Amino acid sequence: MKLSRYLLSRIGFGLVVLFALSLFVFLLFYLAPGDPARAIAGDKANNELLEQVRQNLGLNRPIGEQYLSFIGNLLQGNLGFSFRNQLPVTGIILDRLPVTLSLVVGGVVLWLAIGVPIGIASARRPGTVRDRAGQTFALLGISFPTFVLGMMSLYLLYFLPTRAGFPIFPPSGYVPLTEDPLQWAWHLILPWTTLALVTAAIYARLTRGQMLEVLGEDYIRTARAKGLTERRVIYKHAFRSAMPPLVTQLGNDVGFLLGGAIVIEQVYGLPGIGNLAVTSVQAQDRPTIIGVVLVGGIFIVAVNLIVDLCYVLLDSRIRTAS
Amino acid sequence: MALIDVRHLTVDLPSEDGTVHAVQDVSFAVEPGEFFGIVGESGSGKSVLVQALLGLIPGARVTGEAWFDGRDLLALNDRDLRSLRGSAVSMVFQDPLSSLHPQYTIGAQITELIHTHRSVSREQARTMAVDMLGKVGIPDPTSRFGFYPHQFSGGMRQRVMIAMALVLEPKLIIADEPTTALDSTVQTQILELLRNMRDEFGVTILMITHDLGVLSRVADRVMVMYAGRRLEMGPRAALFAAPVHPYTSGLLRSSPANYTPGADLVPISGRPPSLLEVTTGCVFTPRCPQAHEQCAETPPVRRYSDGAEAACWLDVSGKAASVLTDTAAQAVVNSHPAAEPAGDPVEPIIRATGIEMVYRNRRRSSARVLDGIDLTLNRGETLGLVGESGCGKTTLARILAGLIEPTGGTITLAGRSTRGLGRAEWKAVRRDIQLVFQDPFGSLNPRRRVGSIIGDPYRIHGTVSRHERRSRVQGLMELVGLNPEHYNRFPAQFSGGQRQRIGISRALALNPAVIILDEPVSALDVSIQAQILNLLSSLQHEFSLSYLFISHDLSVVRHMCDRIAVMENGRIIENAPTEQIYRAPREEFTQKLLAASTFNTAPVTEIARTLVPVVAGGPGLVRENVA
Repeated sequence: MKLSRYLLSRIGFGLVVLFALSLFVFLLFYLAPGDPARAIAGDKANNELLEQVRQNLGLNRPIGEQYLSFIGNLLQGNLGFSFRNQLPVTGIILDRLPVTLSLVVGGVVLWLAIGVPIGIASARRPGTVRDRAGQTFALLGISFPTFVLGMMSLYLLYFLPTRAGFPIFPPSGYVPLTEDPLQWAWHLILPWTTLALVTAAIYARLTRGQMLEVLGEDYIRTARAKGLTERRVIYKHAFRSAMPPLVTQLGNDVGFLLGGAIVIEQVYGLPGIGNLAVTSVQAQDRPTIIGVVLVGGIFIVAVNLIVDLCYVLLDSRIRTAS
Repeated sequence: MALIDVRHLTVDLPSEDGTVHAVQDVSFAVEPGEFFGIVGESGSGKSVLVQALLGLIPGARVTGEAWFDGRDLLALNDRDLRSLRGSAVSMVFQDPLSSLHPQYTIGAQITELIHTHRSVSREQARTMAVDMLGKVGIPDPTSRFGFYPHQFSGGMRQRVMIAMALVLEPKLIIADEPTTALDSTVQTQILELLRNMRDEFGVTILMITHDLGVLSRVADRVMVMYAGRRLEMGPRAALFAAPVHPYTSGLLRSSPANYTPGADLVPISGRPPSLLEVTTGCVFTPRCPQAHEQCAETPPVRRYSDGAEAACWLDVSGKAASVLTDTAAQAVVNSHPAAEPAGDPVEPIIRATGIEMVYRNRRRSSARVLDGIDLTLNRGETLGLVGESGCGKTTLARILAGLIEPTGGTITLAGRSTRGLGRAEWKAVRRDIQLVFQDPFGSLNPRRRVGSIIGDPYRIHGTVSRHERRSRVQGLMELVGLNPEHYNRFPAQFSGGQRQRIGISRALALNPAVIILDEPVSALDVSIQAQILNLLSSLQHEFSLSYLFISHDLSVVRHMCDRIAVMENGRIIENAPTEQIYRAPREEFTQKLLAASTFNTAPVTEIARTLVPVVAGGPGLVRENVA
């Protein structure tokens, strides 16, 4: 009973956030300096043409009416029309979504696979060489700006081999998964690795801290006193309790990146949502900017909802509350 | 043959400050089916000792031998030791909430143990677990099997732990402070359960505790540890009635559970030594009232005809030894006549009528924490407030101190109602009521110097100029037995007992009329407890203080209080002079509390002892097993 109420309240909260975001974005559109009609019609347009554009877009209707139709369109999945591309924004974003999704999903898998084991290994023997090495890695990863690491890997793994006549990796671009899975992965390896190295460091530290705390708990001593193998103590008992903060962090990171991994997409020339955000800001393509912001918001809300669901699975106290 | 035979066990723990010599040359043997108790204060090495036996302390350097069932535990490899843990030797820990994994059902945790050591089907494991849960007194074990630890009460959780410890029918159960975290009536139930399980399954129990009273009720034999050494060992009757070692008698005399009306507690002066250095001679010498030159040399283990053994130069053979009459006379007695109320006894300093506290949450349901409390505290009197955890005693204390506002009822302080007081007026009232908290570690800000912590009341109330503050604070420190030169130290540099003195001196700063003491000695060791209790009573006499003394420990309350109010479920069910409560408790609940808090030892006044010749062997060990 209480559980469904908890989930409903989380969903309701997410909807409120999205509504607030849509209002904010709309006001930004409406109040920002510059005339959208002129942006569409071009500098040389005469007043008559401008007036016609305004008429077509409903720009001279009252603000409340405009907001209602904006929301109405939104609910139908219509994010408006990109003046620059002469295409519906929804379509543009949907085209680019697989790119960002591929980048983020692969990156997540890789950074968890690197960061979490390093953190666990460090926590099992704090203060040893293994721990110090893990921590040094973490410090390096945290201090490296993404673009530096990206440029470096491009230089070392693409530019140098290619100049020497042995091209290993493609320089940039994206091949859809449905077209050629091998090429898809091939093109994404460098972006994935870069994303993973930068982020894994944070997860290694977080995992280490959590594990150290949990390993000091009384129930870990109980587990050892039961005669369980150290492996089982670490993974079944300790890591289980160390997970919730990791899930929270993961939710934040994934939600944020799905709204556009701007730097990585720029460095590797991936036509994802981050790339779209940059180009549409440069072109002052307001409907597209609004679309990107809203989609990013939807992702963050959705991922946080999933995180809340995970809490229910991870925490017996939430699950059994009655 | 002994089930477990520990010989010359030494455990060194490397730490940042150097090697901690946690256990030094301890030997003992436990017979099959025996209930063996190890008693010691914090830092005595008792927990380290048993955990080291099972290889549960990473990084410890363990030497000696520990023969269990024909095998030396200390010589086993990880794998073999692991196969013994949980199946042949199992453990029960102090805090059953933190010792069970919060995210797995108790059933899963018990069957995990079964599957680790036995190849049985899931259904068989489940049946075994449910059976055992039923045997340890979990009602409706089949459905409780799928419950999580937080869905049980403290006592039930400890039963679950015990069920887990018993399910594979081990030969030995090591119980490390199994009752310390529980209410006293629940303590009794758990002790009974342990003893019944011993009788039913023939399991041997090795129980560790700091609480002599607990062991006096259940143990067959008791070993006393201090600063990593074994000082005394013997059958329960002999040890409690006529202890051989001065430390054991000191512990018994400082325990309020051993109360004889009118007598004062005799604390053991000083505090335990640092374990970073190895002392030669007897470790207890600096605190021993009977120390002499010989004690600088390693004492022999003397063994007596009644089974008592002690590492001490004193030879008590042939003497009539009794704890409370004989040796007590030799100690410094911090004595005061029984409390005589100072000031006007007619007008109570606190009068609370009809205090109610109801917490409501958003969904209509409400919790009535306090239900019509009537309470008076007379001037110069100590009123004890006892009850089990959750009965509302701390809430009441906070209400009386003005920290939270009750939802109903009135409080008058020295004849003045506190209802509708403004902020400034409350601030003035607070000078008269001060609090001392239970946890001497959590209640002092670790980043602030002791001098400024104690001086806080002066600063807040602006009563003393900056220049004068320092000398006033140092005066307070002296008053409570702290060295005034330690003005600039941080709390971490003080021991638990000293920190509680800091808390007391802070409470005294503004010359209050009332001090509310919320479990002031519960976190302290027995020998330190007595020091603090004596300090409190001498301060009361010097400054005509009124105390509201909150405790779950009836023996402490009996020692300190003129009157006792017993709380249950947010009500005061009985309120009477102390001795009346003890002689003729009216309520059933009070009787239960009393039964759970008494020492179960008949004072023996005459024991004729003879020294038993000891076969040549190293000090600290009686080589009875050497053929």
